[in-house]
Formats: sequence, C-alpha cells, structure tokens
Amino acid sequence: MSTGYLLTIFTFIAIYISLALSLNILVGFAGQISLGQAAFFGIGAYTSAVLAIRYSLPFTIDFISAILITGFVGLFLGLPSLRVRHDFLVLATMGINFVVISVFKYVDFFGGAMGLVNIPAPVLFGISFRGGVPYFILSSIYALLTLGLCWYISKTWSGLAFQTIRSDEDAAASVGVSSARYKIYAFGISAAIAGGAGSLYAHFIGSVFPDTFAFVESIAILSMVIFGGVGTLRGPIIGAIILRLTPELLRFISDYRFTLYGALLVLMMLFQPMGILGNGSWLWQKLHPNNRDVANTPQMEVK
Amino acid sequence: MPILEVERVSHWFGGLQALKDVSLYADREILGLIGPNGAGKTTLFNIISGFLTPTHGKVIYLGKPVQHLPPHQIVRLGIARTFQIVKPFANLTVEENVLAGIGMPYYAQFRGLVAPYRTTANVHTASHLLELTDLQNYRNAPANRLPIGIQRRVEIARALAIKPKLLLLDEPAAGLVAKETLELANLIKNLHQQGINIILIEHNMRFAMSLCQRIVVLAQGEIIAQGQPIEIQANEKVINAYLGQE
Repeated sequence: MSTGYLLTIFTFIAIYISLALSLNILVGFAGQISLGQAAFFGIGAYTSAVLAIRYSLPFTIDFISAILITGFVGLFLGLPSLRVRHDFLVLATMGINFVVISVFKYVDFFGGAMGLVNIPAPVLFGISFRGGVPYFILSSIYALLTLGLCWYISKTWSGLAFQTIRSDEDAAASVGVSSARYKIYAFGISAAIAGGAGSLYAHFIGSVFPDTFAFVESIAILSMVIFGGVGTLRGPIIGAIILRLTPELLRFISDYRFTLYGALLVLMMLFQPMGILGNGSWLWQKLHPNNRDVANTPQMEVK
Repeated sequence: MPILEVERVSHWFGGLQALKDVSLYADREILGLIGPNGAGKTTLFNIISGFLTPTHGKVIYLGKPVQHLPPHQIVRLGIARTFQIVKPFANLTVEENVLAGIGMPYYAQFRGLVAPYRTTANVHTASHLLELTDLQNYRNAPANRLPIGIQRRVEIARALAIKPKLLLLDEPAAGLVAKETLELANLIKNLHQQGINIILIEHNMRFAMSLCQRIVVLAQGEIIAQGQPIEIQANEKVINAYLGQE
C-alpha cells in the first residue's frame, strides 16, 4: 500500500468523522432522525466548488462560505421538522436529499450530471496543496474543531435543551424549551458543520458530482453514527473510522466486501443496538466500568 | 384578585365536548380538582398550562389572558406542571432533570446557546431541590430506571426548579404506596407554606380531602360542585357522580 493511498483513506476518515459528528448533533443530541445529511454535505461541496471555479475565490472564503451558506440552508430545511415527527421526519429529510440532488443535477449552473471539475487546489499561507500530509492535517484539524464544538454544546444549556426535546417534547415545553427553536438550531448547526466537511471534500477530490451526495450517502453517514453509538461523542468517531476502513480492509475479497460490510451492520444492530461504544454497550462497559448507566444506579427500593 | 381565573372555558375534541363552560378560580391555597374518569380534569390542566388552546373561554393568570400562549411561554410566567403519565427526561439523570428545569430562563435567550449549565450555583440549587423532594440518593441515577413513585418526585423537583408561583400536579399520588403518599402530602403542604399555589388533580379521595382547602368537582366536562372538603363529601351530586347514579 502506498503512502498516498493511506493518506487518502485517512483524509476521508477525518472528513467523515466531522460528518458523523455533525449528524450526531441532530440525531444523538436532539433526537431528530435525518436521512438527509448528505444533502448538506453536498451543499457545502457545491458552494465551495462554485465559488472556486466560477468566481475564482480563494479557499478560505470558499470554505467559510460553505459553512455559513449550508448552515442557513439547514435552518430553512429544518422547518419541516416542526410539522412532522419521527418516521415522517425521516421521510421528509429523505425528500430534501432528493430535491437537493435534483437541483445539482438539472440546474446548468451546478454543472448538471457532469458535475463541476477542476476545482483549484487550496492555498493556505501561500502554500498550495492537494492531498498529502498537509491536507490530512487540515481535515484532522476540522474534525478536532467539530469534536470540540460538539463537546462544548453538550455542556451548555442548549445541549441540555436538545436532550430534553429528544426525551419528550411535552416535558421539554414544561421546563420552557421551545422544541421548534431548538430543532431549528440543531438543523442549522448540524448543516453548517456538514457544509464545512463538504468544502474540504470538494477541494480534496477536485471535482463534485451530484450522485456523490445521494440518499445512499445519507444512509452511510447515519450508519456511522448508529454503529458507533448514537448520542455520544466517541461513537460517531469510532463509527466513521470502522465503517470507512472496513471496505478498504476487505478489498482483498473484492466483490463480496459489501456483502460482509452489510452483514456486519446487521449483526451490530441485532446484538449491540446501542452501537459499538454507545452507553450501555458491551464494549463500553468493559472499557469504562464506572459507566453511570449501571454502577451509579442506587439499589431500587424493595416494596 | 385570584392568581388564576378560568372563565367560561369550553373545549371540543372533534365532536366530543370535553369541557362545558367551566369557570373557576385558584387563589393562595391548595385547590383540589376531582371527578370521575373522563371528567375533563387533565384537559383543563392542559388548557391552563398551554398544551391545549380552549375552543372558547379565557384563562386569566395574574390579571392577564394567557390561553393563547404556547406551553414553553406559560411556564416562563411561573406556571409549572407535572404529568399524569410521568414524563421525566429518561435519557438524563435525576440531577440533570432538575438542572433542565433550572435552565428555564436561559432557553429563550442567546446566552442559553453558549452558557455552560453545570455551574457551582446551579448544582447547589439542584442539590437543594433534591433534598427538598428527598431525592438526594438518586442524584446520578438515570431517571427512567426508577420506580414510579420516585419518578413522580423527579417531576415535582423539575417543576419546582422553574420557581413556580402556581404548581399544577396531575394525580401526584397515583401509583404511590401509603408511606410515599404521606410523604407527598407533607411535601405539598411544605410547598404551600413556602408560598407556592397548588392545584392538584386527584383520584385518591382521602388524600385530596385531607390536603386540599377547597375542592372543585368536575363530571362529564362540567363543574358539579365546589367548596370545602366537608361540603363536597356531603354533596349528593358528587356522590351520584362517583357512584354512577343519576
């Protein structure tokens, strides 16, 4: 295996860690299950590609615009979540994904099915780099910043508000949490982070195609969150690493690798539905015996 | 001026009239709301706390109509409630449930987005509320793993965390054993002495009669009697409503 190949995989993993963490804000923190995260990934990638190719703007502006624009779009696309809950929201977010892909595909400005190619290599501090160690470091920094942001959110009142609407919207309202407001926040923050990941992706690959951000990609991102352990910070990270790495490690069985990959997902959901490192999972309890879920629960009163 | 006035409230669920022209007031007291199943007690609570907008009528709180406000705004005015079917935040610990209530003033503001919640002052306030509701031993327990009686106390502690002026308790004694019911009665009296006005829905007649200073009886969406417990016990309409006679 060449170093370049490894670095490419690791860069992808870093980008997908950000994506999985971004979706975790929506699904894990706020309890809003979305099958449309790839749409935000795509909006970030296309924003960056359009600004770089059509307007020749530098990478930093492309990147920041991708975050801001995708965040704003996320606020608006979060509006359906105010009207629909649970399984209906899953369908609505799926629909959003299809609509966004169609726009990329059928609007000429976005290059149609041929996508947008020849995105210039990013330039930072006067150095131009595509791929390699610097790009891996850049993506890792973004993943770390995302992790830091998620950690910080979980410590704030808004993090607690997300938990309350995830638990029960009526009970949340009874302590003064407007679930509408916090769902929109969750969509906005989640989309903004995914947008940044999209920008990094676009400048890394150098081209964007609509189908990259299709519905199956949303499933892949949600799988990472659930596989790793929804609602925790470690879960989406480990989920992104394992699910990005497995198909690569299974390359030697070529055509059968996705069969095995699928089987792995099924087995996980059957035997460890909390995810590999989720609260209450077998592995997490082995690693972390003081897990509050179990050890700190006082003895029930015997009646 | 009473703290709360319900003025000629009617409510329909589709073709079913759940409340018919209900008027009542609540003052500095423990007010009991009793009545057979399906009388409209919880519907009335849902209307007062903003979970339902009445089809007709007004809810006046501290002199202002509030019947059009959503629940998360009603609670900011100082009306807290618990639920008949307990709804603790199942994914949070008991302490975090109380902290979630302490956060009430922050959620509507931008600083709520960025301020950390687990500060010394907030943890201290939470400890105080946990002691008041005798939950200190369950501080770090996930709320959904506790017996029903303790979950009810978690809901009361969470409701108290918003510093209510008016506390609506929906069947707080349901599912409690005798000892817990007694402790609950003491807690409610204690809260009332601290100046919190309380309305409680209750099925346990002895509990309601011993605790409440005044009782309103609902049957089939209408108020059929109100007065002191001793009057209610002797009221023929009430006896008939409970025994199912006409």
